[in-house]
Amino acid sequence: MTATDNSPAPGADSDAPPPDPNAVQVTVNGVPHTARKGQLIIEAAADAGQYIPRFCYHERMTPVGKCRMCLVEADGGRGPAVTVSCMVPVAPDMKIETESPMAKRMQEGVLELLLANHPLDCPVCDKGGECPLQDQTMSHGPGESRFVEEKRHYEKPIPISDLVFLDRERCILCDRCTRFADEVAGDALIHFIGRGNSTQVMTFPDEPFASYFSGNTVQICPVGALTAKPYRFKARPWDLDEVESTCTTCSVGCRTVVQSSRDQLLRYQGVDSDPVNWGWLCDRGRFGFESVNSDHRLTEPLVRSATGLVPTSWNAALAATVTLIEDAKAAAGPESIAVIGGARGTNEDAFAWARLAHDVIDTPNVYSQMGDGLPVGILGMPRATINDVASATTIVLLAPDLKEELPILYLRVRDAVEKRRAKVIEFTPKQGGVTRYAWKSIAYEPGTQVDAVSAALADPAIAAQLASGSVAVVAGRANLAETSAATVQALQTLLAAVPQATVLPAFRRGNVVGALQVGMRPRSGGLDTRGTLQAAADGKIECLILVGADPLADFPDSDLARRALFGARRIISVDTHLSATSDRADVVLPAAAFGEKSGTTTNLEGRVTTLGRKVTPAGTSRPDWMIAAAIAQGLGVDLGYRSVDDITDAIAAMVASYDGVTREALASSPDGIMSHTPASIDPINPVSVEIGVRNSYDFRLVVSRKLYDAAVGTATSPSMAHLAPGQSAHLHPLDVERAGVVAGAEVKVISPRATAVMRIEADPTVLRGTVWVPFNQPGGNVGDLIDCTAPVTDVRIENL
Amino acid sequence: MSTYRWAAGYIDDGDRPKIVTSRFEYEDSYTLERYHATGGYDGLKRALAKAPNEVHDEVRGATILGRGGAGFPAGTKWGLMPADKYPRYLVVNGDESEPGTYKDRLLMERDPHQLIEGCLIAAYAAGLAQVFLYIRGEMPLAHERVGQALNEAYAAGYIGKNILGTNFSVDIVLHWGAGAYVVGEETALIESLEGKRGEPRLKPPFFPAAIGLYGQPTIVNNVETLSNLPWLLVNGMEAYTAIGTQTSPGTRMVAVSGHVNRPGVYEIINGTTTFRDLFYGEEFCQGIRNGNELKAFVPGGGSAPWFTPDQLDLPFEGRLVGAAGSMLGSGAIMVMDHTTDIPAAALTLTRFYAHESCGQCTPCREGGTWLERVLARVVAGNGTPADLDQLMEIGESICPGDFPHAANEALGLAATPFPYKMTTICFVGPSAYAPVHSALTLFRSEFEAKITRRNSIPVAAIHSTPAPAGAH
Repeated sequence: MTATDNSPAPGADSDAPPPDPNAVQVTVNGVPHTARKGQLIIEAAADAGQYIPRFCYHERMTPVGKCRMCLVEADGGRGPAVTVSCMVPVAPDMKIETESPMAKRMQEGVLELLLANHPLDCPVCDKGGECPLQDQTMSHGPGESRFVEEKRHYEKPIPISDLVFLDRERCILCDRCTRFADEVAGDALIHFIGRGNSTQVMTFPDEPFASYFSGNTVQICPVGALTAKPYRFKARPWDLDEVESTCTTCSVGCRTVVQSSRDQLLRYQGVDSDPVNWGWLCDRGRFGFESVNSDHRLTEPLVRSATGLVPTSWNAALAATVTLIEDAKAAAGPESIAVIGGARGTNEDAFAWARLAHDVIDTPNVYSQMGDGLPVGILGMPRATINDVASATTIVLLAPDLKEELPILYLRVRDAVEKRRAKVIEFTPKQGGVTRYAWKSIAYEPGTQVDAVSAALADPAIAAQLASGSVAVVAGRANLAETSAATVQALQTLLAAVPQATVLPAFRRGNVVGALQVGMRPRSGGLDTRGTLQAAADGKIECLILVGADPLADFPDSDLARRALFGARRIISVDTHLSATSDRADVVLPAAAFGEKSGTTTNLEGRVTTLGRKVTPAGTSRPDWMIAAAIAQGLGVDLGYRSVDDITDAIAAMVASYDGVTREALASSPDGIMSHTPASIDPINPVSVEIGVRNSYDFRLVVSRKLYDAAVGTATSPSMAHLAPGQSAHLHPLDVERAGVVAGAEVKVISPRATAVMRIEADPTVLRGTVWVPFNQPGGNVGDLIDCTAPVTDVRIENL
Repeated sequence: MSTYRWAAGYIDDGDRPKIVTSRFEYEDSYTLERYHATGGYDGLKRALAKAPNEVHDEVRGATILGRGGAGFPAGTKWGLMPADKYPRYLVVNGDESEPGTYKDRLLMERDPHQLIEGCLIAAYAAGLAQVFLYIRGEMPLAHERVGQALNEAYAAGYIGKNILGTNFSVDIVLHWGAGAYVVGEETALIESLEGKRGEPRLKPPFFPAAIGLYGQPTIVNNVETLSNLPWLLVNGMEAYTAIGTQTSPGTRMVAVSGHVNRPGVYEIINGTTTFRDLFYGEEFCQGIRNGNELKAFVPGGGSAPWFTPDQLDLPFEGRLVGAAGSMLGSGAIMVMDHTTDIPAAALTLTRFYAHESCGQCTPCREGGTWLERVLARVVAGNGTPADLDQLMEIGESICPGDFPHAANEALGLAATPFPYKMTTICFVGPSAYAPVHSALTLFRSEFEAKITRRNSIPVAAIHSTPAPAGAH
């Protein structure tokens, strides 16, 4: 079987002009206009160029008609009537008046009433300058205030979560944040309390608004009632400069604007990209700019001396790098050099490094995954887009908890279930965020994944559902303590039974798909990351080059990662922050971070979008591609890349699957251009794994990530660092009893590899017979327990 | 005898046909025994002997106007449900809380079986699967009596499966409200029944008949409306329409409060009885207290625009009252004699509606309280001349355009008829404005008198009204 030539997703953007049966003729302020059938008046008027003021209306949420700001006069044949334009759809021959004396009177009246109790502290309000209330007061307001009574008073502001503050005096009770929390995020943790003039937004007692999506409420708040801790009092909106970009915290690729003032990143805001994020961002992505500004950034090159790593000049560091590579080549040939990484950079970074590794150094050992994903061949399966998943009749999840790892994809799946009644079949070793929305949530013990899928396929109800329409599969690594081959086999079993299914690869790291597609993958005979680390541990790697890779933190088998770093003769690290891994390098080259470099990125669908450069790189740090080009130069090869644009052009010219991704095309497509799977990536051959049964005294280990962990992006963001829950062993409450331990106490977790001490938590979402431990938590050591050569890991739990 | 110890507030005097209060004379009127002894459940038996659509036609033909406030004919309302959507529900609005109204409470306390029978007839005629009886939280006796009656009726086979041996089955569920005026609004009542905050639903959809309780077609009827059905089924459409006028047949219960000699609940003839009859008639209120002069009266619950003696000869006929600038509403009449402090009376009503706003939409939440605060300032003698115009302008933000008011000969005013336009979701917002508007339109000089005592107001005095933030 050869690689499929994926055509671009059909009908992903079906915003084509409406066909005639859907046209509704109306007049807006006397001007004839063709609206769409069922379109709300507020939208039809906007299409006709008439902006109707609004506060509660948000195009991505159900209209509620509460603020009454959008009142207009509409005549549907029975005379002009007071009409809530965000609730009422257009009707044939409707005469819409948005600026009649009556409409203007109503709009002015509502604005005056909204301002009656609003504190008008605009000069000290973070929203001042970008405030819909302020703006619409100027454009549609009465011009003067007559309210002389004492205004409503509340304590201001109060924290409603670790990240969000609420000022109830400024609140105009538009129901946007509460609606978002309930309808979009599914975390209905804030609601109205009280009645009439004492209505206020509030959390439930002692229950904070601990939503992964809380930052969105700040962005959609039409006044300054909700503010986010990382941005409070940092800047005035008119001082902010911005550029559109794409978040690379995970591989969903949400569109953002990156805003800065005085050459410092200050805020990311979500941009509505219809095929991807609908304007939403997760909190980890939204507040990750703090890590870019962190004091822990690497600002100058470091080389190892007798006393440790010491700062040096770029020339000296590059010369040292070149020497290390040349020495390694001379000592044991190019195969003794390996490059790991590239998933955190741009397509251009990855391409330059792939060229350096493959064409200049001439090593086949290149890989951008960290042993925590699925084989690259997944990309060779028929691929689904996010829209394909969100519009599928059935969504099958063979993936990690989307809420924890790909939060915005979780929102899209949730929306598909809630609004479109799509059915989700979830296969998971542990209940997660999607479980409550799943039609069938099938919990399996690691090692029985294939059996679980086979059994489900034999269920008549599930088989009928799968046969009833389109099927999209989200496939990823749900358990780092279980071999990826199990998931691959389960996926192949499923696809054999449901051949029309398409697959969205849930690769997690920001640009891992881009890096893999543009060449950061082994050439024939080359080693993947596990192979490289094993070879390094065996003393066969002369020079290990880590490009934004931190095996100690990210590779599931910590012991192997440690042995590899000890075994590799020389290590070169290119990174933004000094990590436990780069601390062991012989040369550390500081890299520019997100927001400091431009280029393109590829999300998990294969969608290529642009990244914006907003601030100058920290210290003397440089983009990865520039470092690659300089090293190539040192090795005597001029790659010919003088700017990032050169490389974008080179990718379009040299990588067949990126042939449509030109700078011109990108500039005219804010939603991005779809790349395809390169023909050189072969689909995986059928695999079959045999996994033994568990000794009944043991617990099978499940390890997966939480949104907040010890990754550099959260650990160096002061607002988020403390949100990581910490490492603990989660057992089903009945298993806690069976194991003879006490919830809350520290216990020994003993695997064939090692013993780790951690706290026990009773957790009903954990399957009986398994123990779940979050990966890469601050101070965590669960990686010590995992042997990546074993298909599963069984542990015993004993009292200390 | 004209009053009964056990039916405090109800006055039975004069020789008029009684439709809904016929059993009030018995102390044990709420028991099934008494109900049986007085022809109880005969209406249901007659209904079950007919086809549902025949019963519906009879109700439609009798033109039973809704007694909850809007006066919408019950038979027509039932017909608004989409033909093919099931199940359908009946919700009984027993959340009587309009200021001045206390007729439904009496009906529930004194004759719960009559209400239950009405529910059953409605359910049979309109094909309703289940009945939800929503009783106001502040009426424990009504709750107890209706609950007891439901148990008796279940035991006697009137409710439940295969009622009276037919294949007609329906259940009645009793629900106790949690105490909010706004839940008397039918969509807020439905929200409350569903376990949500009692907030009116957004329109469109305009009628719960299309999308109501749990998204299904739902009829919301008032207690008194349904209590008419047993009599109608027993005595027939002709007997019903023979009482009253063609457009307002039957009787209706009115609750009179205020400065009359004999305030109370009366069952009067619809369409023909006039306000003058009611206030001055020997069998009714027997005149204004102490022989005082009538100054103003509210003809249809606290949210109705006011009338003055000019409108005394209007009959209880919705169309005429509407054209005259007010509404009959829920049949609550509040009478003010010449000793009444009109601005203070308006403040009392406005304060109620401001307090009862659900807080959902801006004009009601902010406007109601603002009206109350300015009015309170004026009543306390701290108003400015600009305040009076401002009151009207705030009101105009709630109800843009002309607001209905009565004609007044002395002031040279012509009537502005019902209804009004509104920027709010429901009628609570306009209700806060109605008393202010009526009082200011008809009695502006009384407001001016409170202001002209002082020409200029020290700034400090403006703030002398304490802020009610979070106080309620």
